This record gives sequence, structure tokens and C-alpha cells, in this order.
Amino acid sequence: MHLNAFLLLAAFLFCTGVYGALARKNAVLVLMSIELILNAVNVNLVAFGAFQRSIVGHIFALFVVAIAAAEVGVGLAIVLLIYRNRHSIDLTEVDLMKG
Amino acid sequence: MLNTLDTWALTLAVFIPLAGVVVLGFVDRTWEKGLKGITLLVSLLTLADGIYLLARFDYGASDALQFEVNRHWIDAINSHYHVGIDGISLPMLVLSMFITVLCVVYSWDHFPEPYNPKSFLMLILVLEVGMNGTFVAEDLILFFVFFELVLLPMYFMIGVWGGPNRQYASIKFFLYTLFGSALMILGFLAIYFKGGQTFDIPELVAKGGIASHVTELWIFGGLFMGFAIKVPMFPFHTWLPDAHTEAPTVGSVILAAILLKLGTYGFIRIAIPILPDAAKSWAPWIGGLAVIGIIYGALGCLAQRDLKRLIAFSSVAHMGFVMLGISTLTSYGINAAVFGMVAHGLITGMLFFLAGSIGERFGTREINRLGGLLVQAPKLGWILGFCAMASLGLPGLAGFWGEFPAILSAYQPAAGLNEALFRGYMVVASIGTVLAAGYLLWMYQRTAFGLPRDEFAEAHIHDIHTPEWIAWTPLLVAIVALGVYPHLLFHVTTDAVDGVTAALKAVGG
Amino acid sequence: MFFLRNAWIIPAIPVASFWVILLFGKRLPKKGSEVGVAALAIAFALSCLTFGAWIARDAKPAAEVVAATAPATAAGPGHVEGGEGAGGAHELPSETHHAEELRPAVDRNLFTWFEMGGTKVEFGTHIDGLAVTLLFVVTLISLLVHIFSTAYMKGDRRYTHFFASLSLFTSGMLILVTARTTLQMILGWEIMGLCSFMLIGHWWEEKPNSDAALKAFFTTRTGDVGLLVGVSILFFGAGRTFDAATINAAALSGRMPHWVLLMGATALFVAVIGKSAQFPLHTWLPDAMAGPTPVSALIHAATMVVAGVYLVARMYGVFWKAFSITAPGHAGFNPVAIVGGLTILIAAALAFVQNDIKKVLAYSTVSQLGYMVMGLGVGAWMGAVFHIFTHAFFKASLFLGAGSVSHGGSHHSFDMKKDMGGLKKHMPITFWTFAVSSVALAGIPILAGFWSKDEILLGAGKNGYTVFLVVGLMGAMMTAAYMTRCVYLTFFGEARGNAAHHHPHESPPAITGPLVVLAFLSVVAGLLNAPGITLFGKWNLNEVLVTAGVPEHTFNYGYAAVSTLIAATGIVIGGLWYFRNLGPHGITQRVKPLHAGYVFLDNKYYLDVLYTDGVVGSIKGPIARGAYWVNQNVLDGVVNGVGIAARRVAQFVYDVIDQQVVDGAVNGAGFTAESGGSLLRVFQTGRVQNYAAIMFGVAALSALGLAVLVTK
Repeated sequence: MHLNAFLLLAAFLFCTGVYGALARKNAVLVLMSIELILNAVNVNLVAFGAFQRSIVGHIFALFVVAIAAAEVGVGLAIVLLIYRNRHSIDLTEVDLMKG
Repeated sequence: MLNTLDTWALTLAVFIPLAGVVVLGFVDRTWEKGLKGITLLVSLLTLADGIYLLARFDYGASDALQFEVNRHWIDAINSHYHVGIDGISLPMLVLSMFITVLCVVYSWDHFPEPYNPKSFLMLILVLEVGMNGTFVAEDLILFFVFFELVLLPMYFMIGVWGGPNRQYASIKFFLYTLFGSALMILGFLAIYFKGGQTFDIPELVAKGGIASHVTELWIFGGLFMGFAIKVPMFPFHTWLPDAHTEAPTVGSVILAAILLKLGTYGFIRIAIPILPDAAKSWAPWIGGLAVIGIIYGALGCLAQRDLKRLIAFSSVAHMGFVMLGISTLTSYGINAAVFGMVAHGLITGMLFFLAGSIGERFGTREINRLGGLLVQAPKLGWILGFCAMASLGLPGLAGFWGEFPAILSAYQPAAGLNEALFRGYMVVASIGTVLAAGYLLWMYQRTAFGLPRDEFAEAHIHDIHTPEWIAWTPLLVAIVALGVYPHLLFHVTTDAVDGVTAALKAVGG
Repeated sequence: MFFLRNAWIIPAIPVASFWVILLFGKRLPKKGSEVGVAALAIAFALSCLTFGAWIARDAKPAAEVVAATAPATAAGPGHVEGGEGAGGAHELPSETHHAEELRPAVDRNLFTWFEMGGTKVEFGTHIDGLAVTLLFVVTLISLLVHIFSTAYMKGDRRYTHFFASLSLFTSGMLILVTARTTLQMILGWEIMGLCSFMLIGHWWEEKPNSDAALKAFFTTRTGDVGLLVGVSILFFGAGRTFDAATINAAALSGRMPHWVLLMGATALFVAVIGKSAQFPLHTWLPDAMAGPTPVSALIHAATMVVAGVYLVARMYGVFWKAFSITAPGHAGFNPVAIVGGLTILIAAALAFVQNDIKKVLAYSTVSQLGYMVMGLGVGAWMGAVFHIFTHAFFKASLFLGAGSVSHGGSHHSFDMKKDMGGLKKHMPITFWTFAVSSVALAGIPILAGFWSKDEILLGAGKNGYTVFLVVGLMGAMMTAAYMTRCVYLTFFGEARGNAAHHHPHESPPAITGPLVVLAFLSVVAGLLNAPGITLFGKWNLNEVLVTAGVPEHTFNYGYAAVSTLIAATGIVIGGLWYFRNLGPHGITQRVKPLHAGYVFLDNKYYLDVLYTDGVVGSIKGPIARGAYWVNQNVLDGVVNGVGIAARRVAQFVYDVIDQQVVDGAVNGAGFTAESGGSLLRVFQTGRVQNYAAIMFGVAALSALGLAVLVTK
């Protein structure tokens, strides 16, 4: 198998994730998009690890999975709170930090 | 026990008043009796220490430093807490303690407006710390610290308790003297770097010159400005009449009796022995300014209408005699100068007390409005006459021994100085004694003789009060005692002065 | 010997009495006068004993005494400037004292007055004939004046103070007289100055009195410049010593350069001119009449004005050498003689135009002091000292007599023309004593004034001072004439003013007693040095006179006859003019030049105008004000100018540099930050996705850059 295939998949996943994270207004979708980005990275890591016969890539991938789980947990909790306060999860309305 | 006290005696002389200030700080400001009592006690304790010094002083070795203490202080700049006294500083130190006690006594019920005994008494004690410290310091930095310490209390005394024009006078006093001090500290620093990185006065004196002639001339110039402004010498005297006119009585007394002496003392203790070579080059100029000061001060007096301002100008003339003595760089001259310093302290201090009391009684010190003092307050009048006579240098009273030996010494100044010039100074200075008689007796005639003016004819003028008697009697006694038997003071100073002139001789013509 | 060694007690007594009177006088039953009289009585008794001890002192051959003292003086401390001229050996005139016997002076150091700069100054006494004579005269006159004052000053405002001052005054003169050092002389000298101030201004409520007191003090003080300078010069000149005997010896030995001596003597003489009221500083003395009459008597007869003459007599070695008084080629003129001679004539002329009896006497004193100074100037030392001695008695008598007249006859007025006249029959004792003293003053033989004046004239004639002999004789005639005028106006003729209206009567015994004593002495005192007796000369001979070789001349009948004749002529002229009313009366009104002369005299040669308005006025007025103006505007102007300039500079620094440049930079930084912030503000939307976009953008750009860099 050729490495390029994995990299292209990963690139596709990453671009989809970036688009979702930047363009969508729904907070849950944004979170899911971030997951996509992370998994794109995971794909890359595992692919490089396998091709170079190194275990390091796999280990990093496992870390990323664990952190992504935590991140989703925290992120969803924030979204839940935003919803409770504002009855909306539209991210364009959340601009309290505007300078 | 005694040895311990000997080592601590000078430190006590400086720090008893400081402790007094701290104690006063904790006393309630409304408890006036306590405030006065504590201050009096503190000043008396200090004086007792002075009397102990007088008793324990070895008069046979008055040229050596005694009661010496030398401890590390600021190691970074090699400055020590070095104190000690010799025959020149002892009389000045005791005079300072003595005058302070009398000032406290006089203040008893004479507090000027705005009435605030607590602060006023604290200022007097702070002043004493500075004055005593200056006279015992044997380290340039220590000297400088104490020299500057007296500025602040005097500034407040004039600025807060002074007359109508007090703000101008106090600022002028403060800035003018500070200006001199700035040049003086530059001189000190130059001495430090040129003289082997030490501020120790005896050590520097022992070197007998520290730098090339030109450098020394410049250094001396810096010291000269610092000291001459304090003295004050013509033409740096203009702060004095204003400061005196506006200052409260006690302030004037301390200013005239002690503060002015800090300048002349600086010349004798620091400028001349450390820089003997430069002193010789400067001496004719100093002598010239001194005799100009004598005549000029006298003429200034003749033009005055205000009693205190007149006495202030007379200080310029009298300090001219002191500086003339110093400028001859001879043993006679410097002995005369030290005597003149003490005598002027006693006599002019007394005159300022009198001027203050007269001003208080009549509500004015304008000579033209006064008259017939002898009729209304005969004792006050007689004492004023006595002091006028003492001030004009009548033999048998202290003032003469400051004046005549100074004139005498100018006939033969130190080797290498221009004799003809100094003989000219001698004649001019003698003419100054005539003018002194002129302004003092003319003042006396108009204030004391004749009949009271109409505006005060009906006024009840109280003769001398008890606190005034207590404060004045010691001064009057001292004026007579020193005048009749000058040996009392000369035998203390003469060896120490020879030490100073020895430094000059080592340099040679 | 005890009294000679302890003569210091005599001045100490009046000093003590001064303090006692001052402190306790008012509480004593007689207000302090008893203390003064008692003190002076004791002092007088001691002076007599001292005098006796002096006479009893063994006289030794003069040459021996001088030889004994010479080495002691030569060993004076310090260096002596190399002298010019031959040391020691002098050409002595033929008539000198060398053959005579001399009583050595008694020196004693009491204590060290002070010590400085390696010089020890002793306080001690120097007792010789001159000192003893003066002690006697001063204590006697002072005692009589004290007694006189108890009656004369009765009920005075400041009776106690008056006696205290009298005591101090006397002590001042006694200190001067017994002084061993020139410094002690200054002490006594100035104490007298102080006391004359206090006594002349005794009634200070009136301005003219205090003016007179100030004038006396200023004038003498002006002279004292010379004293201070002269003493300083001689101190160094003689090898750092104040000792009068050593200074004299050094001067006479020729070790001191002549110019030093000349400067020193001239300076001292300025002091003498001031103190002894010599022309041109004599103006204070007539004004000093403002004081009570007993004071005038004391000032004129025994103290104060005599001090100057005494100083010259005491320091005669210096004056002798400095002015080369009888040296061949120099004799004839010297400043001392000239000033003395001028004073004789100038003052005598003024005595004619006075109406105040005390002023006549005052000018008479000035004139007589002129004799003394001239006597010293022409080398008649003994005559001058003798004149001090005799003059004291008759002048004290005259002044006290004038006081008695005003006390009993003219009701406190001293104006002869207005308030006196015809008092002879009312006041016989006063009249006779006054008359006798006047005749003594005029210089009629047997009486005191004749002998002393004759000696001075003799000295002037024999020592080659012919001009001054003539001056002296003219003075003698004028003296006789003005005293006749004075006696006539006071005691003869019609009673005028107060003398007519106030029942004149003789004064009480306390006043007439002293008069009688003094008149008696005015008669006999001169005989002490009469030919054949010459005790005074023997007693007063001292080391200086012998060493210097001051000539002594024996009594000469020719001179005596001339001077007697001239004095008698003066009396006769005065008598004819006043008693017989002969001569061109009113001529000064009629003839213009004479009238001008009269006005000139009446205005005292305008000297007072010159001094008061010219010198004093200009110093006190324009010069002092000018100096003060300079002070306030120039010197203080500089100080204030510096202050103002400093503030201007500060203002400039603040306005321009601080506010614009420095603060500008600071503000600029702030502005930059602010504008930068507002720019960035645009990016800070607060929206997470915007931030993320930026992050991605930046990351992408960075990645691109990295790629470019890595792949080169």
C-alpha cells in the first residue's frame, strides 16, 4: 500500500474538519469537526508509524484519542452550559470576549 | 565605669537630644508642662554631659583628640563613625549645649505663634543633635550629615513660627545654604578620591596636602563656598538679615550663637588643615572679604530701622573679625577667631534675646518708634546697654578678646602672606571698631535714652520676667568672666590651634 | 616695699566699690555714696602709703640701675627685627640725669592674663615715680569729687548709679596708671571711655546730653583706632611683648627699625589726640560739659583727658626715638609739639567767646593739655608730668568752684552773662578758692601753675623749640586774660538773672571743704619742684629718661621773669578791659573782619559742623544708606536674581523640554500603543471561530514558509 493514500485521506478529513470548525454555527457540529481534525492527525500518525516501523506514532495516536475524549467531554459540558444560559448554541452570538 | 563613660560621652552628647525627640514624640501635645519639663531635662542632661567633658578633658593635651571613638559605619565608602574633641571643638560643643538650655528656659512662656510647643521643642532638640554632632565629628561624611541636619529644623522654625515674610526668608536660607553644601560635598568627594579614599579628618590632616596645588585650590574653593555662606562672609551674607528678621527669638539666638559658627569651625577644622597649601593662596582673598565684611556690615547696621535686622548685620561685621583672624593663618589669629566665635555666640545671642523681648513688649522692633526704654524697663535697658558695650568690643568684656587679637595678628600674618596687605586690613578692621561703636550706641541712644514715645507713653511695659532672668544671667556672667580672665578660654584653645598652624608650617612658605 | 608690690589693691578697691554700689547701693542708708567715699578714702590712704614707700625706696646711681635692667629687657622673647643705627651708645646732651640717683621701678606680675600662640601675657603692675604721682593725684581728686558730689548731687534721679560710675571711672584711670603692659592700658583706657559715656550722659532723658555722651565716646573711639594699631605694631616691633618697659627699652636700644617706631608712635599719638582732646579732635570735651559738674572735674583734672598725656609719658622711649625729639638736626618741629602748640592757641582763643563758665574751663583744659603734650613734644618730660600734677589741683578746684556757684549762686545755671555776676559777697569761700586757682592757672609765681608751665617753656627754649616757646608764652597771656574775664563775669559787677532773683548763698561744707583743700594745694603743690627743692624731679626720674638721656634744665630766672611778666600783662589787660571797662569794647561788632573772626570762633572753627554733618552725617546717612542699597539691590539682587533666573530656567525646562519633548515622547509611546490597540481591536471579535480562522491562517502561512525554507 502506498503512504499517499493515507495522507490524502487524512488531508481530506482535516479539510472537512477545518471547514466545519470555521464555518458552522452549531457548537455541536464545531466540536464534531474538531474531532475530525484530531482523527485526521491520528490517521497520519498511525500511517507514519506503520511505515517507519516505529511505535511512537501509535503511542501518540493513543494519547490523542484519550485527549480528544476529554476535550469532547469538556466541550460538551461548555456547550450545555451555554445552552442553559442562552437557549441557543449559535456560536456567533457568543462574543463576550469582544475587545 | 569611668572609662566606659569616657568612650560614650561624645556619643551621648549627640544622641541624648535625639532620644529626647523620640520621647517627646510619644507625649500628648496638650500636656505642655510635661513637654517643657522633658525638654528641659533632656537639654540639662546633655549639658551635664558637657560639664563631664569639661571636667575630664585633659587640658595639658588639648591638641590631641580626646574621648575618641572610631567605629565602622559605612564600609562601602570607608566612612567611619569617628568622633572626638580637642581644644577647638570643646568650647564650641559646650557653648552649643549651654545655649540650647537657655533657649529652652527662655521659651518657657515665650512660644511664638502659631503656638505649638511640642513641635517647637522637638525642633530645638533636633537642632542640638546637628550642632553637637558637627562639633564632634571627625569624619567628613559624618560632619556633612550633621552639618545638613541643622538646616531642616531651622527651616521649619523660620517658616512656621517666623514673621510676616517668613516663607521668603526660610526658602532663601534653606536654598542658599544648601547651594553651598552642594559645593562642599563635591569638595569632600574630591578630597576622598585624591586623598587616598578616606574621609577621616585626622588621617587627611596628617598627609599635609593631598593633591597638586591647582587641584587643591579648586577643592578649597568648593569648601570655601560651603563654609563662607554659612559664616556668612560678604558677599554671601544676604540670607542672614532676612532669616534673622523673620525667625522667632529662639531661632535667631541659635542661628547667631551656633549655626554661624559651623562655617568658621569648618574652616579651622577641615579646610585649612587638610589643604594648607591652598589655604595660603586663598588667605589674602578671605582676609579681604573679611575686612570688607567688617566695614560693610557696620554700614549696613547704620542704615537699619529694625532692631533685629541691625543685630543681624552686626553679625556680618563680627564674623568678619573672626574670618580676618582665620585668614592670617597664625596662632594668634585663629585663637582670636575661636574666642571671637564664643564671644559672638554669647553676646549676639544675648542681643537677640533682648531684641525678642523688646519686640514682644512693644509689639514693634522699629528703632524709630522706640525710646526711653530705661524709663519704662530700666533693667532691660541697662542689660541692653551692657550688651551693646560688650558687642562693640569693650576690654574687660568678652567681645574685646575676639577683636583685638584678630587685629593684632593681622600685623604679622603667616610666613608667605603679603604683610603690607594684611597691615592694611588691620587698619581697616580697627576703623570697623569705631563704626561698631557708632551703630550700637546710636541704636542704644534711640531705644533706651530719652523719654518713651507718645504711642507707648501709657503702655505698661513689664520689666524682666523670671524665665528671662534665668536664661540671661548665665550669659551675662559668662561675658564678664571671659572678658576679665580670657585665660579661661585661651588656655583651652591655644595648643589645639598650634596643631592647626603646625600643619601650615609643614607646607612652608 | 609691701605697698609698692601690692599697688594693685588701689585700683581693685574702686572696682569692688562699683559692684557693691551697683548691686546693693539702693538698699544702703545713703544710697551707696558712703561706699564710694569710703572706698576712695581707703584708696587715697593706700596711695599716700605707696607714695611714702616710694620716697623711702633706696635710690641707686642711675647708671647702675639702667645697666641692671638692660640685659633683662634684651632677653625678651621672640625675634627682634634688625635695627638700624647704633645700639646702645647715645650722644647724651650735657645736662642729663646720669649723674643722679634713681629709684628702680617695682614690677610685679600678678597672674597670667592669657597665653596663646606661645606668648604669655601677664597682668601686673609697674610702679615708678610717675605711677605713684598719678595714684596720689587721682585718688585725691576722686575722693574730693566724691565728697563734693554727696552734697551736689543730693536728690538726683540716679544718685546711686552716679556713684557707681564715679568709682568705676576712677578705677579705670588707676588701672591705666599702674598698668605694666600696653594691653592693661587699653583696658583702663576703655573703661574710662565707657564711664565718660555713662557720666556725660547721666541725664539721658534730654537728647543734648546723650548726644554729648555719644560724641565723646565716638571721638575718643576714633582715636582708639590708633591705640589698637599702635599697640599691635609695638607688640611685634619689640619682639612680641606688651610690656611697656620692655618696649621702651627696645625702642631706645635702637634694635627696632625707625619706621616701625614711627608708625607705632604716630598711631599711639592719634589715640592721644582723641583722648586728651587735642586739636583737631578736641570738640567732644566742651560738649562733655553736659554731664554733672563733679564729673567734669574728674574728667578734666585727674582722669580721662590726662590718660592721653600719661600714655605719651609712659611710652616716652618710643616717642623720643620715633620723633627724634632732641636729636641734632631734628629738633625744632615734631608732630607732638605741633599738635600741642596748636591746641594751646586754638583752645585759648575759644575760651574768650564762651558764656558758659564750664565751657571756659573746658577750653582752658584743652589749652593746658596742649601745654602738656607740647611739653612732651619738646622734650620737657618732667615739666609735662609736673603740669599734670599741678593742673589737677587748680583745675579740679575751678570746676568744683563752678559747681558750687551753680549750686548756691546761680540756681543751676552756668551762663555767666545771664545768671551770674556779683557773687563775691554771697559766696566768699567759693570766690577766694576760685580766684586763687585762677591765678595759679594763669601762672603767677609761687602758685602751682607757674612752676610747671615754666618748666615746659624752659624745655622748649633750651631744647631748640623756639617757635613753641613763643606759642607757650602767647598761650600764657591768653590764659591769664580769659581767666580774668571769667572771674569778673562770675563774681564781680552787677548780679544778673538767677544770681539776682534767687538769693545766692554759700554752699554747704561738703562742697566748700574740697574747694579749700584744692585751693591750698594749688598754692603749694608747685613748690615741690621749686629751685633748691626739686623733689618732684627726683621722685619721678625713671629708667627711660636716663637711658634716653632726656635733658633736665635748671631753673632759669630769665625765663621765669618773662613768663611772669607776660602772665601779669594778660591779667592786667583782662582787668582793664573788664574791671575798668577800657579798650575798644564792641569792636567785634563794628569792624567787619573782626566780626568775621568772632563768628568763626563762636562756631568753634566749624569743626563740629565738619564732623557732625560732614563725617558722621555722611557715614550715617548717604554712605550707610548707599551700602545698604547696594546690599538690598546689588548683592541681594544677585541672590534674588539667581533665584528668579533659576525659576525662569525651570519654567522653560518645564514648558518646553519637559512638557513638549520628554512628555511628547512618552505621550507618543502611549499614542502608538493606543492606535495599535484600536487596530487590533478589530480582530478581537470575541468569536471563537474568528480566532480559530486566524490561527489556522497563521499556521498555514507558517507551514508554507517552513516548507519553502526546508525545500530551498
